[in-house]
Amino acid sequence: MLAPKLAFRNIISAGLRTWLNVVALSFSFVVIIFLQGFYDGLNDQAERSTVDALYGGGQYWQEAYDPFDPLTLEDAHAPIPPSLQNLVAEKSAAALLIRPATIYPRGRFRSILLKGIDPGQHIISLPSSLIGNDTALIPGMIGSRMSKNAGLNKGDLVTVQWRDVHGTFDARDVTIVGVFSTTVSEIDNEQIWIPLDRLQQFTRMPGQATMIVLKKDGIPPGNVAGWEFRDLPYLLRDLHALVRMKSVQGSIMYSLLLFLAMLAIFDTQVLSIWRRRKEMGTLMALGMRRTQVIGLFTMEGAFHGLLAAVVAALYGIPLLAIVANIGLALPAATDSFGFAIGERLFPVYSPVLIVGTTALVCIVTTIVSYLPTRKISHLKPTDALRGRIS
Amino acid sequence: MMIRPFVLLLCLPLASMMQGPSGDEILMRVDKNMFSEQKIVESRMIIHGQRDTRTVESKSWQRGTNESYTEFLAPAREKGTKMLKLKDMLWEYSASTDRTIMISGHMLRQSVMGSDLSYEDMMEDPHLPNIYSATISSSEVIEGRECWVLDLKAKKEDIAYDHRQAWVDKERYLVLKENLYARSGKLLKTVDVREAMHVHNHWLAKSIIYRDVLKEGEGTEFHIDNITLDAEIPDYLFSKASLRR
Repeated sequence: MLAPKLAFRNIISAGLRTWLNVVALSFSFVVIIFLQGFYDGLNDQAERSTVDALYGGGQYWQEAYDPFDPLTLEDAHAPIPPSLQNLVAEKSAAALLIRPATIYPRGRFRSILLKGIDPGQHIISLPSSLIGNDTALIPGMIGSRMSKNAGLNKGDLVTVQWRDVHGTFDARDVTIVGVFSTTVSEIDNEQIWIPLDRLQQFTRMPGQATMIVLKKDGIPPGNVAGWEFRDLPYLLRDLHALVRMKSVQGSIMYSLLLFLAMLAIFDTQVLSIWRRRKEMGTLMALGMRRTQVIGLFTMEGAFHGLLAAVVAALYGIPLLAIVANIGLALPAATDSFGFAIGERLFPVYSPVLIVGTTALVCIVTTIVSYLPTRKISHLKPTDALRGRIS
Repeated sequence: MMIRPFVLLLCLPLASMMQGPSGDEILMRVDKNMFSEQKIVESRMIIHGQRDTRTVESKSWQRGTNESYTEFLAPAREKGTKMLKLKDMLWEYSASTDRTIMISGHMLRQSVMGSDLSYEDMMEDPHLPNIYSATISSSEVIEGRECWVLDLKAKKEDIAYDHRQAWVDKERYLVLKENLYARSGKLLKTVDVREAMHVHNHWLAKSIIYRDVLKEGEGTEFHIDNITLDAEIPDYLFSKASLRR
């Protein structure tokens, strides 16, 4: 117990030098935890919104459907198989029919997706009831992004042109009966939602769908011929990859900060070893082995990390708690990055993140503190007492 | 008394002749007038866009309804682009990228060079009697010409336009105006013949305006500058190899 006490006393007696290092290191703590919490919050918020609004408990895709290849949409429809039809009837799943279409707002051509959904569904958070209680021949609803981009508002009439199952052109006026606000751009951008039965009727595809969305925590009925089940890990893989990429970008910043803090620790250690040669010689003359002296100096360095964790906790916990509570206001452009996060982001600080970050910084500090002390292993006590270092 | 049925029998064909041709017969005669087995056409397409107007010049070699080869001559950006249609397949060769792509599926619905015409419009069977049945709805005068107004209803389900209206010149059997409708009855496109020409006993459109009526704009003008009917066209032209020549 002598070494830790001695190490602690030594760094406290170093005064301002120690506290400067500790404060710099504590910044690294807070910034790492803040940024990681930011990206965890981003992931968590985007995942929750997308699952609620679109993915549910997983989706069955008609085998021709590929959301990244618009050319497949033409053929991506088939009668709903009985096993999935039962789920739809039990309100455990919702059927979606997706058709490519063209709208002509203000005489300008615009390619969109026409999506049919049961207005009474409660599987996804889309406010489909908006198109359920309207007397218009084809009531349609759009998201606020679509409303802004196409210049369409509630009550507007827009001509929509599509092709039916045989490839024959059809065009009808859709009345926009509602504009909803959502953080999930996948249910908003360049699309109009209309009642499923109308879309099936006008495209001459009765009883057909492009995808079936299961309710959250719903159990998929196994393999269905002609349909492929996409579970949540599959559906969310792009989102996770995107967050990972952003997280790596963020780590560059805190790596730089950590590097600067470690440089300060390294510098302090080198200076200590240079200035305290006689002290080392005295300790060895009093019977301390070289490894014990190395241990003492390494411990002094490592204590910087522990002290920094305490200082970081003093101002970091209240600061990060406030941010987690009120969230961070995001600029309007964030919406175009493809994250379903809305106007405020609430960082998530998990125990794993806090403990992991503390451990990481302390380990790195200890390693960096140890590196300059290797010189001590070649130190002769007589030289040290004379103030020489070999 | 025996004379009356005999006179009636004599009068029946006369009455049907006085009634005039049926819609389908008119359509057959329109098809006969407009169709020639082989032709070479030099044309200009004037595309009126939202911001500017472009003129695309091309030369086409057509054999029957299944084979067509088109080379774009101007503007410089489109020069060297070639299109080959063989039955129901369409390829486009881009000189700038030295690539040949097959236009299929959704791409057939795209506009040709930004015009009001889609690739699919170009691929349509030009023999209207094959795909539409016609009835005469009325008579009208268009640009000083007496016309039958024909209602065309698709015979098959996989036809792009469920029904059309065609104004057919009673004397020349040339369609002077056409309206193309969606299945709901909404008007989608109009075709207006502004000028006709007489070539080898055929009355053909020389200047046409295509207009997508759902879109704002002045439409796309199509002018035939030169046409050679029943021309000799070498076989090699209708092969994919000819696109890179």
